[in-house]
Amino acid sequence: MNRLTIATAMAVALGMSAPTMAQIKLADVAELSGPGATVGTNWKNGIDLAVAEINEKGGILGQKIEVTHADSQSNPGIARAQVQKALDGNPYVLLGPGYSGSVKVTASLAQQAEIAQIMGGEAAELTQAGNPYLFRTSFGQQSSMPKVARYIAEEVKAKSVAVVWVNNDFGKGGRDMITKELAKRNVKVVADLSTEAGQADFAADAVKVKNANPDAVFIYLNEEESARALKEFRRQNIQAPLIGETTLIGQKVIELAGDAANGAKGHVGLTTDAPVPAVAAFRDRFAKKYNYVPDHNGIKGYLSIYVIKAVTEKMGKVDPKGFAKTLHGMTIKPEQEPGILMEVTYDANGDIDRQSFMAEVVGGKQVVKEILPKMGN
Amino acid sequence: MLNLLNLVVSGLATGAIYALVAIGFTLLWQTSQTINFAQGEFVMLPAFFVLAALNVGLPFWAAVVVGMIAALVLLGVTFKLVLVDPMLRHGVLPLAIATMALSIFLKDSVKEFYSAEAQAFPSIVPEGSLALFGTQIPLQSIGVFVLAVAAVVVLQQFLARSSTGRQMQAAAQNPTVARILGIPVERMILYTFLINAALVALASLLITPIYLAKFTSGETLGLAAFIAAIVGGFNQVRGAIVGGVVLGLVDNLAATYVSTQYRGAIPLFLLIAVILWRPQGLVGRAEERTV
Amino acid sequence: MTGRTKTMLAALALAAGIAALVLVPLLLNRYGLYILSMWAIMSIAAIGLNLTLGYAGQVSLAQGAFVGIGAYAAAIITTQGWPLVAALVVAVALCFVIGWLLGYPALRVQHHYLAFVTLAFSTLAYLVFRNEEWLTKGIYGITGVPRPTLFGWPLAAPLRFYYFCLAALGIVFAGAWWLVRSPWGRAFMALRENPMRAMSLGVDTRRYTLMAFAIGSSLGGVAGVLYAPLVEFIDPTPFTLGLSLNLLMMVIVGGSGFLFGPLLGALISVLLPEWLRFSEGLYLIVYALFVMILLAWSPTGILGIVDRYLARRRARAASAARSAAMPEALP
Repeated sequence: MNRLTIATAMAVALGMSAPTMAQIKLADVAELSGPGATVGTNWKNGIDLAVAEINEKGGILGQKIEVTHADSQSNPGIARAQVQKALDGNPYVLLGPGYSGSVKVTASLAQQAEIAQIMGGEAAELTQAGNPYLFRTSFGQQSSMPKVARYIAEEVKAKSVAVVWVNNDFGKGGRDMITKELAKRNVKVVADLSTEAGQADFAADAVKVKNANPDAVFIYLNEEESARALKEFRRQNIQAPLIGETTLIGQKVIELAGDAANGAKGHVGLTTDAPVPAVAAFRDRFAKKYNYVPDHNGIKGYLSIYVIKAVTEKMGKVDPKGFAKTLHGMTIKPEQEPGILMEVTYDANGDIDRQSFMAEVVGGKQVVKEILPKMGN
Repeated sequence: MLNLLNLVVSGLATGAIYALVAIGFTLLWQTSQTINFAQGEFVMLPAFFVLAALNVGLPFWAAVVVGMIAALVLLGVTFKLVLVDPMLRHGVLPLAIATMALSIFLKDSVKEFYSAEAQAFPSIVPEGSLALFGTQIPLQSIGVFVLAVAAVVVLQQFLARSSTGRQMQAAAQNPTVARILGIPVERMILYTFLINAALVALASLLITPIYLAKFTSGETLGLAAFIAAIVGGFNQVRGAIVGGVVLGLVDNLAATYVSTQYRGAIPLFLLIAVILWRPQGLVGRAEERTV
Repeated sequence: MTGRTKTMLAALALAAGIAALVLVPLLLNRYGLYILSMWAIMSIAAIGLNLTLGYAGQVSLAQGAFVGIGAYAAAIITTQGWPLVAALVVAVALCFVIGWLLGYPALRVQHHYLAFVTLAFSTLAYLVFRNEEWLTKGIYGITGVPRPTLFGWPLAAPLRFYYFCLAALGIVFAGAWWLVRSPWGRAFMALRENPMRAMSLGVDTRRYTLMAFAIGSSLGGVAGVLYAPLVEFIDPTPFTLGLSLNLLMMVIVGGSGFLFGPLLGALISVLLPEWLRFSEGLYLIVYALFVMILLAWSPTGILGIVDRYLARRRARAASAARSAAMPEALP
């Protein structure tokens, strides 16, 4: 293997075209066990699906993709070890991790190695540290929450809101961001309810929401907890509109919550329910291969590979150093690269801009009420 | 008042489940000094047996039967013969550690060989709710509570009235004397493992429609059952019931009236308080072993 | 084999081990150094737990929480510009006092209740790490934990930091070695073997048990103080009950009550994904199976197997020597 790399390097140095047998090495570090296992497994499966698709069609620039997966055990200390190992192997691009804490501890390593890192974390601060090698695959919370806050303040015309959030890496970031955005619009948070991941009983939270009597309830939980919360809130007859972001009105929640999901509204960034034919086709391919419908982490993993394909084809060569520079400011359109599913633009921080939707659950179906265009337009 | 009713109903339903799981915990401890750290995973698993049977195309009732039998064979007989028996002579600790390893084994096996995703699970209690005192009480909560309490009552009657039950009691209290009296102690211990397997399978059927079938869903449940068992009294079946129900209620009331961020802490304070001031548990008697 | 040559051999093996630990890392890349540093740190925490469990016979399910306390002490104090040694003092004192406060009432009531109390404490500690944002920065964690300097010598480079961890492990190991041979250590073991007898011989059992638990806990704190600068980032996720259970498994798998047991157990656990690379995602399943089979076979862990093997050989050698010494006695 080493000799092959040397041979390739020499071939490149001598101005020869790289041999067609060469492989593009990608390294993925994800939460494959521990509390983040569902996130990491979706992400990994998405990656594997995209890699299989691309390799079947002959790879990128005639080179097959080879991806290795390592388990961070949902632990930043181990994520750091695995990323170090991945970087020691000189990958073309580093994929993952998905937990924001694990991204924080590994981003500087990838930066030192000058290797681009495409990750799944959604915390706002990740891309604000000026690291030119770090890229998202979904909206950061700093992009999605203003849209939700605007909706709550201007469309729902709520003056007071109860915020129900899951107290982990994902939920806390969203809660802090929405609280800030609501304050900007003079909407008061009258109940601030932290819940536990895996919580089964939302009776206490429903009682607290009722006591606070808000004009709207913002729910930011994972799919399973969203469904349980919706059921309990309906049962205790909470009348205020229930508003969420991406997870609350996803197909999985509708399936689990049944009638209780009807009337729930929310902002939808990246879901398999997006009213885009390419996304629906992706969902079917994924479900066929893995026997379940992916959540947004599955799409994120899938897209990360197609981003790599688009960037590499634009450069016309496999160039780890040039990768990050090329991706900044780049717009990838599905007309050129169907695998990207929806048009996406990367900005100078590695944040993305993409179309999104406001939707409502009506009669057990997600119905798009409004299309929010890309912000750059 | 209405709020309080809602909290109590919810807490009782959750508490009844904790009790079901905690009873098996205490049973195993009394008859074979097994502290089963995989008890939560034992509740998670039968639902997957049922799902697997459903996937093969069996109707729901048949899948439930298959799940029950699989639970009895794997979590009852196999668990005892393969893991507990060879380790028992080594003392409490190596066995406890082995059950920790077992819990990792079960969790990761489900994740690798079934799915990391939460699966919906059909309810054996009808959906819908009952209008009562001006609020909606879900039939599911009522059903869970009634079935759990019924299981416990049947178990207690069995232990107190039937000849086998009394032999089991004797075997737990003093195995040596029981052996002299001609009681087949080994078989009695096997019975407790089967009862535990049946209880966790029942808990699994009752709770999975609410908790969903997921490889991690045993984690919180196992810990809650453990706490319930100690709070109620580690050497009493009725202790586990009291412990479970108290825990379910305390959890909901604390989350409402104390703090949501620290809702997980209140049961732990309760646990520490019980250990300090009433180490035999709320209804237990000091240092006595009965089933 | 005489006692003299045996001691010689043991000393030689120890010297070879130390030489390997010092020299082999010179050939390793950053990943290897990081993993070995992690091994040294986990070994320190496991040595502490081994004092509590292996020598005093008490089950603690909170060693992971003490590592967390140490790590947070280090992260908070060093990001304020104080040196790591200040964090070390705070962490050791804090863990010792908390250990004492936890153990005192638990052991007053009943022996095995320490396990339940520490179980509760472990979960409580996690909630405090996560919720007390003013102090711990909550779920976001503390970034930019600096690596220390020693007498003006920066230890930021991976190799230097590894040697720093290795030195710490050496000191802790030597301390544990001295402790179990001291009168205190003998008292600990007397407690484990026969608490009643120890009490009747005038050993203040509760105080010694508490002492063993508190010292073991403060070693957890020491491990945490090194953990924070190694990772350079701390958030609550590593310090759940899972870490405590994992440390417990390390001690038991290696061999509780053996000085080298924790080192071996930590090596297996930390290098696990490496050992089992062939199994892809299944390594946790394989590890769990291994632990179950090992414990069914040898409840005293791997070193228990070695110990029994050596004992059998010694016995055989002794009986051979006996029969050689008195040939006339045979008919």
